[in-house]
Amino acid sequence: MSLKLYLPRDTTALALGAERVAVALLQEAARRHLPLELVRNGSRGLFWLEPLLELERGGVRTGFGPVSVAAVPALLDALASDAAAHPLYLGPVEEIPFLKSQQRLTFARIGQGDPLCLDTYRSLDGFAGLERALRLEPQDIVNSVTESGLRGRGGAAFPAGIKWQTVLDAPGRQKYIVCNADEGDSGTFADRLLLEADPYQLIEGMIIAGLAVGATLGYIYLRSEYPLAREVLAAAIARARQEEYLGDNIRGSGRTFQLELRIGAGAYICGEETSLLESLEGKRGMVRAKPPLPAIAGLFGQPTVVNNVLTLAAVTTVLARGAAFYRDFGMGRSRGTLAVQLAGNVRRGGLVELAFGASLRRLVEEFGGGSYSGRPLRAIQVGGPLGAYLPESQWDTALDYEAFAAIGAMLGHGGVVLFDDSVDMAAQARFAMEFCALESCGKCTPCRIGSVRGVEVIDRIMAREAPGEDMALLQDLCDTMEAGSLCAMGGLTPHPVRSALRFFPGDFSRCGGASVRPPGG
Amino acid sequence: MGDRADGALAQAIEQYRDVPGGLLPLLHALQDALGYIPPEAVPSIARALHLSRAEVHGVISFYHDFRSEPAGSHTLQICRAEACQAMGSRALEAHAKQRLGIDYGGTSADGAVTLQAVYCLGNCACSPTVRIDDEIHARVDASRLDELLAALRPVGSGAPTT
Repeated sequence: MSLKLYLPRDTTALALGAERVAVALLQEAARRHLPLELVRNGSRGLFWLEPLLELERGGVRTGFGPVSVAAVPALLDALASDAAAHPLYLGPVEEIPFLKSQQRLTFARIGQGDPLCLDTYRSLDGFAGLERALRLEPQDIVNSVTESGLRGRGGAAFPAGIKWQTVLDAPGRQKYIVCNADEGDSGTFADRLLLEADPYQLIEGMIIAGLAVGATLGYIYLRSEYPLAREVLAAAIARARQEEYLGDNIRGSGRTFQLELRIGAGAYICGEETSLLESLEGKRGMVRAKPPLPAIAGLFGQPTVVNNVLTLAAVTTVLARGAAFYRDFGMGRSRGTLAVQLAGNVRRGGLVELAFGASLRRLVEEFGGGSYSGRPLRAIQVGGPLGAYLPESQWDTALDYEAFAAIGAMLGHGGVVLFDDSVDMAAQARFAMEFCALESCGKCTPCRIGSVRGVEVIDRIMAREAPGEDMALLQDLCDTMEAGSLCAMGGLTPHPVRSALRFFPGDFSRCGGASVRPPGG
Repeated sequence: MGDRADGALAQAIEQYRDVPGGLLPLLHALQDALGYIPPEAVPSIARALHLSRAEVHGVISFYHDFRSEPAGSHTLQICRAEACQAMGSRALEAHAKQRLGIDYGGTSADGAVTLQAVYCLGNCACSPTVRIDDEIHARVDASRLDELLAALRPVGSGAPTT
């Protein structure tokens, strides 16, 4: 009897040795003359279990993980006899609580099959949204997106429908759809996972966006730090072109959409939309003043939709299942689902897609299972390097754009980074300023100079020369950066700094500086 | 520049001179072929794309990825961002610098490894993360890093592998 197995080939699984496990499986099976079909799927996002091997038998997928090369021979023995007795046995994958408790819409398809197989994509309801969009007028597509309540998932949470309407209404000889895949926030990997595990969903979303606003050309701006996503995406675009999802006659409809993949060059600021457009135009990634909005004068001065990977992907669900279906998830003005990424010092790290409204504590405790090191958690940074550090007293906050704004924090792109009690919050505050100094585009003074001064002032505070005065100076500097910066880079860098000062003041008055306890175990 | 560099430059220019916003892809193609962007290539690129030399130089110097001199046989990037900090990357980077005897941006004396800082490789659930050339490694501590580096440089030889 032939065995049908699945082993992920995404960045995290590979970084944990999945390729070596795949080779060992094939070699060991060959040695035993055991017929074996090994599908390289995308990851399910249960990263602490990677490499997660799945056995498909009788329509049920059973998981084993994390699998090492050394475990392969005994595992093959077990698969042939009593699989449930093997120590790595996890039971049916879809019954694993971490996965079963999620509300996966955008990530419903990941890990189920070969990410590049178009038949697999179609068999899992792929292109249903596009088929519907091809039958609709542009205004009706835009209306669906508006009615769904979808807001930009890149971090700014601007209503996608309003942006699309602006581009639809703007006159222009060549409109563009630009996908922001410059996922630079530490603690985030949802875009990367989607691109590697379900690339056609993004392509479908971009085609729908093109049909909605009258854009015939799209660009994906992918960061260079994602070599595997680049490989998968390039192959997916080529296959979509072959089967005429892309080109000048989309599935025989007579409609046109061309798509090009562009690679960034290691600049965090290019995740800011106007800087990204400059970079796409072949220039330094300098932030543009707004107005004009990119929706009016964007790429090469033309009306341009710039959306994050997850925003464009979510559009496929909105079109396939209806605006009301999507809008029925969530709370307040945060509609649909949020892809939370559990990262840092976390026992069970990975992707959790849930309707807006769950508490941060539920995410961290129920899904994350606490710290990786086993030590008490002390701070959680939500929303990337520009997000606030939250102490335990704030962990009951609901994951909702407005609820986070109300406590001076932000959800951003959904990155949740856990720190145990070995963290030195003064060092974290200093790093926030240091990162801003390194990555500032340099166009505006508060960001370019303020961040450098910020590092210096924090160093002086830690040296305890005149801490009272320097503390006042740091607050003043944060005010200036917040009020005077051109974009979110300088404007939000004070978030992590101020939250560290406010909630962890003791770390700024200790003598001797850095903590001596090693984190992570 | 040598013949090989001239050929790579001519090819990159030919491929991207008429592509809208083609400067970044052109520079990537040239660096992929040569390992760096020779400063002598800047005037030709500027001419072909109807830009000033200052504009081309400005783009090369703006982006962390582009380099104007050759790197070592391998590039080691260590993630310095928050998720990796939470798992001990500060100790890891100190170890790497000490072991290789260089700071970020430097190349080890034997020419085998160039050390670079990177801010997030998208592997934040299994930190600390490093990238060696195009391969990403998870949960890397000092001893794991030593193993990875040893695999690049056969013990005792000290010579760079290719």
